Amino acid sequence: MKQNKKWYNYLWIASLTYLILGFFNILFAWLGLLCFFIPLLIALIKGNKAYCNKYCGRGQLFSLVGGRFGLSRRKDVPGWMKSGYFRYGFLIFFFTMFFQMLWNTYLVFSGTKNLGTAVTLLWTFKLPWHWAYHGTLFSDGVAQFAFGFYSVMLTSTVLGFVTMLLFKPRSWCVYCPMGTMTQLICRAKHRNTPQKS
Amino acid sequence: MSKRKAIVNTRACVACGCCMKVCPKNAIAIPKGICAEINHNLCVGCGKCAKECPASIITVEVRES
Repeated sequence: MKQNKKWYNYLWIASLTYLILGFFNILFAWLGLLCFFIPLLIALIKGNKAYCNKYCGRGQLFSLVGGRFGLSRRKDVPGWMKSGYFRYGFLIFFFTMFFQMLWNTYLVFSGTKNLGTAVTLLWTFKLPWHWAYHGTLFSDGVAQFAFGFYSVMLTSTVLGFVTMLLFKPRSWCVYCPMGTMTQLICRAKHRNTPQKS
Repeated sequence: MSKRKAIVNTRACVACGCCMKVCPKNAIAIPKGICAEINHNLCVGCGKCAKECPASIITVEVRES
């Protein structure tokens, strides 16, 4: 490697730890909110994608596994996958699913629905995950959100892993909803400053 | 100076920063979070960025001057 490694070059360890912790206690899933708010705040306040560029642990994990360990075909992603239609479409789909998850959490909070201790993979497959639930001091909704959020994180990791194998290591970055959203925020913030060609 | 330069398709760039990380000359920056910008005074046209780019939107082209 050309540069000296900085502390943030090791954030892949945090991403990996996050996934592992979810196997032991689902409540750790709440920590994943950091991966939502930090990139958004950086984009909103500083108007750049420093999160993607430097701090994204998931991206680092993919480049480590796909790049250094070579678990990637290193082929170009198909044209449709990098098109605006797919990127924005996936962003909308992802957030629809996200809000549906929030609604589900609300229903558990309000007592309308009972806690479901499953992790939903790829928005379809319900994986039993009760062994990672040891009760909560607060409402069952707190645990429901954790299950829901961990589902989001696991699903996106699985998708990213599959595209890492099929295409380039960090193919996930092409359609990552957070990346698309922070880029949109940056575009909006800089819309009055001309782009250098 | 090398005539081969990396060219970014700025419209398709996702500004992920992979290119920036592999550039041996630190010639790439993503100042506005919109797309990668290559400093052609520093670029030596090695093509590492083009290879790394997950969207494959960087090409190395021969440029006059």
